[in-house]
Amino acid sequence: MSIYSYLMLRFEVVITLIIFILLVLKLNDADKKEKSLLIGINIMLLLNFIVGLLPMAEGNLFMGFFRSNGLLVLQKNILNLGLLLISLTSYNYLLKNNNRIEFYILMLSSMLGVFAMLSSGHILVLYLGLEMSTIPIAALANFNKSMKNSSEAGIKLILSSAFSTGILLFGISLLYGAVGNLSFENIQANLQLNELTLLAFAFILGGFAFKMSIVPFHLWTADVYEGSPVAVTNYLSVISKGSVIFVFISVLYSIFSSFTDAWLYAITILSILSMTVGNLFAMRQQNLKRFFAFSSIAQVGFVLVGIAGASKIGLTSATYFVLIYLLSNIASFGVISAIFDATGKETINDYKGLYKSNPYFALILAVSLFSLAGIPPTAGFFGKMFLLTSSMGNGMYVLLAFAAINIVISLYNYLRIVKTMFIDDAVEVLPVVGRNFGMKMALAVCTIGIIIIGFVTPLFQYIDVLSIVK
Amino acid sequence: MSTYDIAALLILLLPILSFAGLSFLGKRITPCTAGIVGTTVLFVAAGLALFTAYGYFFQFGEVAGAYAHHTSLEINWLQFNENLSINLSIILDPISVMMLVVITVISAMVHLYSFKYMHGEERFATYYAYLALFTFSMLGLVVSGNLFQMYIFWELVGVSSFLLIGFYFTKPSAIAAAKKAFIVTRFADLGFLLGILMLSYGAETLDFFVLIERLTQPDSVYLASFTATSFMGLSALSWGLLLVFTGGAGKSAMFPLHIWLPDAMEGPTPVSALIHAATMVVAGVYLVARLFPVFAISAPDALAIVGYIGVFTALFAAVIACTQTDIKRVLAYSTISQIAFMMFALGVAGWGEEKAEGFTASMFHLFTHAFFKALLFLGAGAVIHAVHSNEMKDMGGLRKSMPITHITFLIACLAIAGVPLLSGFFSKEAILNAAYHGNPMIFYVALLTSGLTAFYMFRLYFRIFWYKADEHGHHNHEKGMWAMNLPLIILAIGAAFTGYIPFGDFVSADGKPFELPFHLTFSIAPVLAGVIGIGIAWMMYSKQNSNPDKVSASFGRFYNWAYHKFYIDEIYLFVTKKVLFNLVGRPAAWFDKNVVDGMINGYASITSTTSEAIKGMQSGRLQTYTLFFLGGVLVVAILLIVNFI
Repeated sequence: MSIYSYLMLRFEVVITLIIFILLVLKLNDADKKEKSLLIGINIMLLLNFIVGLLPMAEGNLFMGFFRSNGLLVLQKNILNLGLLLISLTSYNYLLKNNNRIEFYILMLSSMLGVFAMLSSGHILVLYLGLEMSTIPIAALANFNKSMKNSSEAGIKLILSSAFSTGILLFGISLLYGAVGNLSFENIQANLQLNELTLLAFAFILGGFAFKMSIVPFHLWTADVYEGSPVAVTNYLSVISKGSVIFVFISVLYSIFSSFTDAWLYAITILSILSMTVGNLFAMRQQNLKRFFAFSSIAQVGFVLVGIAGASKIGLTSATYFVLIYLLSNIASFGVISAIFDATGKETINDYKGLYKSNPYFALILAVSLFSLAGIPPTAGFFGKMFLLTSSMGNGMYVLLAFAAINIVISLYNYLRIVKTMFIDDAVEVLPVVGRNFGMKMALAVCTIGIIIIGFVTPLFQYIDVLSIVK
Repeated sequence: MSTYDIAALLILLLPILSFAGLSFLGKRITPCTAGIVGTTVLFVAAGLALFTAYGYFFQFGEVAGAYAHHTSLEINWLQFNENLSINLSIILDPISVMMLVVITVISAMVHLYSFKYMHGEERFATYYAYLALFTFSMLGLVVSGNLFQMYIFWELVGVSSFLLIGFYFTKPSAIAAAKKAFIVTRFADLGFLLGILMLSYGAETLDFFVLIERLTQPDSVYLASFTATSFMGLSALSWGLLLVFTGGAGKSAMFPLHIWLPDAMEGPTPVSALIHAATMVVAGVYLVARLFPVFAISAPDALAIVGYIGVFTALFAAVIACTQTDIKRVLAYSTISQIAFMMFALGVAGWGEEKAEGFTASMFHLFTHAFFKALLFLGAGAVIHAVHSNEMKDMGGLRKSMPITHITFLIACLAIAGVPLLSGFFSKEAILNAAYHGNPMIFYVALLTSGLTAFYMFRLYFRIFWYKADEHGHHNHEKGMWAMNLPLIILAIGAAFTGYIPFGDFVSADGKPFELPFHLTFSIAPVLAGVIGIGIAWMMYSKQNSNPDKVSASFGRFYNWAYHKFYIDEIYLFVTKKVLFNLVGRPAAWFDKNVVDGMINGYASITSTTSEAIKGMQSGRLQTYTLFFLGGVLVVAILLIVNFI
């Protein structure tokens, strides 16, 4: 093995480097010059994203504990883009917060965990990555230390996450008992269908379902989303969720490929539950962050519809959808955080007449809501369409029927907010909210992405080429 | 690319360029310039459409004695897998060329008419931009060579009509109507999308012509596997087609998805003429016509359903139209009824020369209807412009002050009533003839309906132009209105003479020229029904009298039902507001608020005694959460073990 093969660790190395730089900066009290510090960090994240785009070899390291291939690189790039955009949209929030370096260190540590988890070729690494990506987020959820509900969010996340970890570990140990070796290849080759392995599967499924907030493992979501700072909610709903979706697909499609019937059965139920419960609960929410919590639960339900395709197109369409979901959600949360930072308002009623006071933000939020609702010609429509196609290919008609009904309900939910912004008259007119360069850039990237991605054919084909189901 | 291909491409490009130009530069140019630019562009497009039609029908369209489809442009857009791709294409075949002419001509008339009608409107340029966008989407829809492209444009049509219906966005009723139209048709479109997915899986293609070939050849493997599975007595193919039809029924306002159309009259009147008379609402008919060979050859059961829904809607809407007092609403219900005529004409048709008469008849009626219905709407717009009201009670005796509107409106009424020698007569005759041979029951209902049509149209006519003396004085309302009068005259010429086109020579199900049968003896019954309808309307409404009230009183409860549109809107409201919100939404919210929060609060109060420090955190909640979590894991495990061991 040559030294060059270590270049496969490029994503992880760059992130670690940035963390070290930040630690050194912290020691030197760089906190004092807020603006130049934040600009510097954003430039580093931009470089991090660009470095990720460079071509990279495929292969395994450390006896197969670490893998890399085209699809993984693409997924990491998608998440890197998300990280950069989130950082840009939280510029104003961090300007006022004095612990901005810690904020980034925690977020990047979580990102390192995400990368380790994505590249894992062994359940041990997968587990470590998953934990490493969650624990820093619990600290981040608690970042508005003076606010009670922020602390509540932090403690809730860490405790319920500890519980889910316990369940997951239990499942892993059962699996170890059944096959005797936890590398992916070995499990895939030796897995037999019996009570023990099914129980192990159910526990592992529970552990992942918790991280993706699938019903009925979702109860923590709304409270944590509501209590955390907007930037952290954004990270949770996009990066944490997206990365676990990626890993979950590869767990189902490769490790448990001999269980296809069983997991199709399970995720059909979970998907129907998630879509329906997520949409129905979203219907009556007043707080926007809580609304987006339930919305994200429903969206994951839709991803499961695509995963139920159990084929190459399932993998492609889910990856494609996560990219679109990432852009739509970051744009939505970007607007929410801009308005929250300036006015402290975050309920739907406060957004009445937003189009008249802040037309720019209202339009961007409307575009991203259209995309989440799947209205053509926004990218969200194409994303949902491919998910449905994937499921249709596998003949999952019952699931499709539920998905169809839920698309209509979700339409109502999202249009409700659009209606509030554009048609209702403001009770209390919001001031004109300023927007800085970072926010503008991030929102522009998201909006342009939402509008054009559906029409950029090569992108879907590129993902399709990279997606390989073993 | 031949000249005609370039012309076809330009027809599409011109409106979208006009849209882009007007929306970006709209604020920098004067409203007058914007209007002139928009109108000129559409007139050029209409000219190009006529040119293309000439080329198609007389120069290159006919191959070996039948009109074949001609691909003007094809770009590969999205490749799903090796077999399935989505192309962007421009297809010329008899029905698409016919639609190109209809859309561009009517749209050009509406552009010209709006120049005066919308004069002084603050967002004049925006209005023209929306009109252009709508026209573009509609043109894209008809030239689509595959189902998916059609779906994209279908949605785009929905979005642009939403913008146009809601154009007076300061008016709450306009916003509500736009929303209703959007949501009802979206709901239907979902059926369409599922239908597309089913058809594309059955035939492994989205291309119309490949799809038709694969699903109609008797020895095709695709057809065999598609019809092998059935559900509730209908094959998978029939279900797929019916789902597609759902989308068509939404756009074409078939019962029970018709509720959005009357409300959509809140938009500016020229918009109603464009969207709700000639173009968007016939999209559903067009869709069924596109897939007609599949319906007729492989799924006659689905086609029969189309026929029954069509004829029921025709009668239903005609009855309602007799009772409405808002003139635009009368026209709206009349439109629903006439579109339903086209729909059931397709429904009664079969495959093969004589049997497919319904197809030609339907397209023929689509063509003639576009002219006289657009004329009726624009005439109604002129009336509304003059008296500033939509209600019949504010009108009467307008024939002296609005001579041009009066004459043209009369021509349109005669045409829609099926009076001989005008266009509507020929097309309606063809439809009734097809129905008579296809399904006699449908024929008798249709005959009754055409009598009703004559009645409600002349009720409208007499009520506007006769009935009582003009209360608005005798000054001429039409001076200086050339922009509004010219389109009326052009459309009146169309309404009078388009019936003389030998339509069967150009449009038929299999592309081969075919003569529409015409029997003088057969026309006696329909004409008689029309004349009786007109006669009754004349007795009741030519002079102010108490007959109408007596008649409506004698119908009693039935009149009331019809007046309230058979309470369909209320049923929808009941289902959505009462049933959905109360039975589903409320309990969900209640559960969240009381059960989840309640448990939490309970736990919180217990734990608060143990520790002051974590009192506010309601740590009880977490226990509930973990309980759900563990329960979920166990239920999943048990279900899996029970089912898979």
